Parts: sequence; C-alpha cells; structure tokens
Amino acid sequence: MAILDAITHSTVAERHRPWPRALVSDEGWRQAVDQLATGRLVLLGLWGDAPSVHMALLDESAGEAAVISYVCKSGKYPSVGARHAPAIRLERAINDLFGLEAVNAPDTRPWLDLGFWDVRHPLGKKTAAREQAPYNFLPAEGEGLHQIPVGPVHAGIIEPGHFRFTANGEHVVRLEQRLGWVHKGIESLMQGATLEQAAKLAARTSGDSTVAYAFAFAQAAEAAMQIKAPLRASYLRALMAELERLANHFGDIGAICNDASFSLMQAQCAVLRERTLRVAEAGFGHRLMMDVIVPGGLGRDIEPKGLAEAAALVAAVRDVFLDLTELYDNTASLQDRTVTTGIVKPELAAQFGAGGYVGRASGRIFDARRTLAYTPYDKLSFEVPVRDEGDVNARVWLRIRELEQSLSLIEQIIGAVPAGAIKTPLGRAKSCEGLGFAEAFRGDVLVWLRINGNGRVARCHLRDASWFQWPLLEAAIEGNIVADFPLCNKSFNCSYSGHDL
Amino acid sequence: MRKILFEGIARGSLTERPPVPDEAALAELAKSVNKESQIRLGRSLSIRQVDAGSCNGCELEIHALNNAFYDLERFGLRFVASPRHADVLMVTGPVTKNMREALERTYNATPGPKWVVAVGSCAADGGIFAQSYAVEGGVKDVIPVDLHIRGCPPSPVDLLKGLLALLRHVER
Repeated sequence: MAILDAITHSTVAERHRPWPRALVSDEGWRQAVDQLATGRLVLLGLWGDAPSVHMALLDESAGEAAVISYVCKSGKYPSVGARHAPAIRLERAINDLFGLEAVNAPDTRPWLDLGFWDVRHPLGKKTAAREQAPYNFLPAEGEGLHQIPVGPVHAGIIEPGHFRFTANGEHVVRLEQRLGWVHKGIESLMQGATLEQAAKLAARTSGDSTVAYAFAFAQAAEAAMQIKAPLRASYLRALMAELERLANHFGDIGAICNDASFSLMQAQCAVLRERTLRVAEAGFGHRLMMDVIVPGGLGRDIEPKGLAEAAALVAAVRDVFLDLTELYDNTASLQDRTVTTGIVKPELAAQFGAGGYVGRASGRIFDARRTLAYTPYDKLSFEVPVRDEGDVNARVWLRIRELEQSLSLIEQIIGAVPAGAIKTPLGRAKSCEGLGFAEAFRGDVLVWLRINGNGRVARCHLRDASWFQWPLLEAAIEGNIVADFPLCNKSFNCSYSGHDL
Repeated sequence: MRKILFEGIARGSLTERPPVPDEAALAELAKSVNKESQIRLGRSLSIRQVDAGSCNGCELEIHALNNAFYDLERFGLRFVASPRHADVLMVTGPVTKNMREALERTYNATPGPKWVVAVGSCAADGGIFAQSYAVEGGVKDVIPVDLHIRGCPPSPVDLLKGLLALLRHVER
C-alpha cells in the first residue's frame, strides 16, 4: 500500500482488487495532486461515479497502482487540472457526463457534449439539453496569423475530429483539438449490462485495439471476482494481443511512410498486415479477433492449425522485414521528412504519463506488460525498447523494435501454450470492484469495473492511452509546417473512438 | 529498394480473383438505383468514406480494400478526398448525435446522382449502441441508404461483394 501510505485516507474499499481503493477527504486529495504535480506519481485516470470522483495513480518505480475516491460536496471537487494539466480534459468530460464540477478548474468549456444531445449530464443528475453555444477556441494573436479549420469530416478513411490550426505562413503557431464527435455513450450502455454484453461493448471501444480492450476488461472482471483464467487462455490471449500489435504496427509504419509519399513501403506493409489478419482469422475465426476474450478466459479455443499458421507468419515476416527496415533507414528523402519532425519533449511525456510508442520514443520507460506485469507476460522474456529523440523517426523505430519483440513473444507463446481448459466459471455473483490493464499497440488501456450483487455492471470506466497522447500532439506540431501534420498525426495514431467513448 | 521491386516482379501478383457480387445486395439495389443514374455514371465510381461514429473497426477493413490482395482500383472504384468528387458515400458507425449534422452536410455536398452505402452492423441499425442517448441510430435514420453491407466489421471480401453488385447495377 505504498502509494496510500503518503496519502491521508479513511476507509479502504473492501472488495477492490488487485490494487487498493481508498476514500479521501480534501487533505488526501490535495496530497495526491501534490505528488502528481511534483512528478512522484503518474495520473492513470480520473473519472466520475456520482456522487464521487475516482483517481487512479501509478508509482512507476514500484510498479504499483492505487485508486483514491473523493465524495463530492454539492457536486464539487477540488480541481486536479489546476495544478496538473493532464487532468484538464478528463475534468471537462466528467462535467459533461456527470455534472460534477472541478473547483478552480483552468478550463471549463465542454469537451464531449458538443450541444447535440437531448439530455445534459447523462450519467449524473439528468437535466434538459444545454443550449447550442459557440465554442471559444483559445486565442492566438499576432501579425499575419491565419486559421485553418479541419474536420470533423477528414479527407481520408479516418475517424472524425476537429483540428484548429493557427499558422504563420507555413508554420503552425498553435493547434487546438476539439474531439467528442464519435461519443457513443459506451459507459452509460455498460450500466446494468451483463458481463457478456459489457465485454462486447468494451471490445468495440476502439476497434483497432479490440483484443487489448477485451483483455483489460476481462482482467478487471477476474480481479474483482477473484478468479483466474486458465493458463492456456492467458497464453492465447497474449498471442492475440501480439498479433494485434503486429497488424497495427505494420499498418502504421506503412501509413506514416505513405504520408511522406513513399508508397512502396505502404504497399509492402499492407501486405504484411493482411497476412497477419488472415492468420488471426485462421486461428480465431475473426480477422480482428473480436469477442474471443471473455471474462474467465476465452469464448473459443484456437483452431488446431492456428499455432502452426502463427509460426509460419513469424518466419514469413522475418524473411522480408529486415529488407523493409533497411529500405526505411536508407531512403534519405523519407528520413528528411521524419527526422526532427514533431518532437515530443521527454519532460512532457513523463508529465502526461504518455503510454505506448509516444511515451517510449520520448524516454518514458513504461509498458503495462512489464511495469504492471500480468499473466502470461510475467513468464515471457522481452525487452521494452526506448528512445529519447521523440520525433516521428523515433516513433517509427519504436514500432520496428516492438515488432521484433512481438515476433519473439509469439514464438515463445507457441512453444509454451499448455493444454487444458480455456474458461474458468465465474462463480456466484457478489458486489466487487476490479482494476485491469492491458498494453494495446498504442499504449495502456485501463478498465475500472464495479459489479453489483446480480453479477451485472454497476459502473465501468474505460480509459484509452489516447487521453494522455492527444494533448502532446498539440505540443509536438508547434513550429512544424502544416504539411507535416499528417506525418505527426499518423506517427501518434491516437484513437478518436477510444477517447470519445 | 531495387531488390524489393525485383522480388515483387519475380513473385508475381498477389491480387486475388474477385468474388461474385452479393445476391442480397443486387436485390436491394434493384429497388434503389434508377436507370437514369446508371446511364450517367458509367463504370467508374468515386467513393467518399465518412465515419459517423464507428469504433474504427470498419475503417480498418475498408483500408484493406486498397492492399495488393483486393486491389479495389482495378474495378474502377477509388476513394476520393472530398464529397464534391464522390458518387458514393460509404458511411460507417451508428450515427452519433454529435456527427448527425456533419453527415447531413457531407451528403448535401455530394453531387447527384449519388448512392449511399452503409457499412457495418452499427450503420444498419445502430448495432449494440442503438439504445444510447448519444446515438441517432442507423445511417438510414439520417440520410437515404441504397445498400447495406453488414458485419462487425464486414471483411474486405464482403465489402467487395457489395461494391461489385453496385458496379454491376451501374453498368446495366
């Protein structure tokens, strides 16, 4: 309970697992914010649960997490964002969804509620919809500045979001994002859902990370109910997670190069991505492996030929990937676009607790598979690649190095999958709470789950890695030219749906 | 780079034989596509993709249509960057309340004759998100839809079957 040792708290929730959750008053809340502001702790999440707000904290060096809860007084709680910027958007979202107000918050503009809903505060005390009001973008003043509004509908096969650029000639002076367009109300649909329904919703929070979300959700549910998935299921979960990482990293590397008009790389990587998805389908009956992971284990076993196909994929990738890596490394015109473009400073990555390749390309050594090691990664051997440059090039290399690690992990898994059952029965329902993590290809997914006495979901919060990466994109683009934005954006590849929920 | 290019030539094409157009799609289109628009459009279609609230799973499979195995452009189908250049709007997702207006505006910006293809189970009727306060429902609840391609997400082959059915109607 090391994190909670330094935070004044009263009761510790009885059935919150595997990390503790404690009730705090103003003093404990302030101490936690102090530790975030000084960088001793990392913010993992901040979410509403009327009448309370919960905050998940990480002690990176100890590899430990904890949740603190503050019961709001007349719907108010002390702002975290006032002293720790990464919380600002989370507080704006809490206000939109729950009507809980962060006192002294630096930014009180709505975030997910764009003024189109029929109801206000849908997860709190519902009131009539708010009036459509103009959204005030942050000012940027100076001679010769002009604004470029982009979106929500973008010129490609991508998700919707609005970007407001202020530019001086070609140079971006300020980028401000406005998100929330694909808000589907996932957390409200979760409430009262059975665990099976809820797992399906979690698996559709961000389709590219469907395995990671189902994995994190299952881990939260299993922690809460104190059950363990059979070892065979754990290994096969990791196999799917690594196949998903391969497919997405191939897609991203190709797409980043394509945004620098180097389509050869895109064509080659798209072939590798397709081969990976076909192996996924051959093994698990679905190209994205949706709904295979369920609380307790797996909904289906791998096809008999599945492991052999995965082994063949590893060999096929090894056969060509080194050439592609060299192609990337030896093409000066491509390097010219990616090196020193869109730099994220290590201080910012650390402050925001940025996960995935965004954090690790800027010196932040955090990978949920290692820092918060979960089965079977605690039994497997792999490196967590890190770089310090923080530019587009570093984020490409991070993906290349992670691909190599995933190939090795897949080989280890193939050699180690035990025989046996694939599902543990969930047992009798009783009210309980769980916190689960999984490392998606873009970073850590957090799932916090409260199950009620009927075995249904009382409250579930899903936090995508994108929450702490999107703001860094605003910083990374500053001083770069407008034409490099697609490159920067693709090198982040944040989720819109995972963020908007 | 040369090595990779030579290998590509030596290996031969990865592109696979096209699937047969989907029968259900042909039946749905027979009702919605009129003769006049068939004559005017010829055999080439420009597609504008609009995500109106999807989880991005459908986008991944739509992207895959451009890879070497499916090679969408060999059929005269291509993705364009603006609704002004499009004959077909390919819409994914349950339409969220937040995206409704943007979708309507995109539809209105597309010159006629035009078709709308709703892709994915969510685009058909809102899918598992249908009951949410933040969701309008399927695409047909917001703009007229000519063809539904269901699936969660539909595979690239499913998408091709639907699009080839659309193309066949245009050719007639």
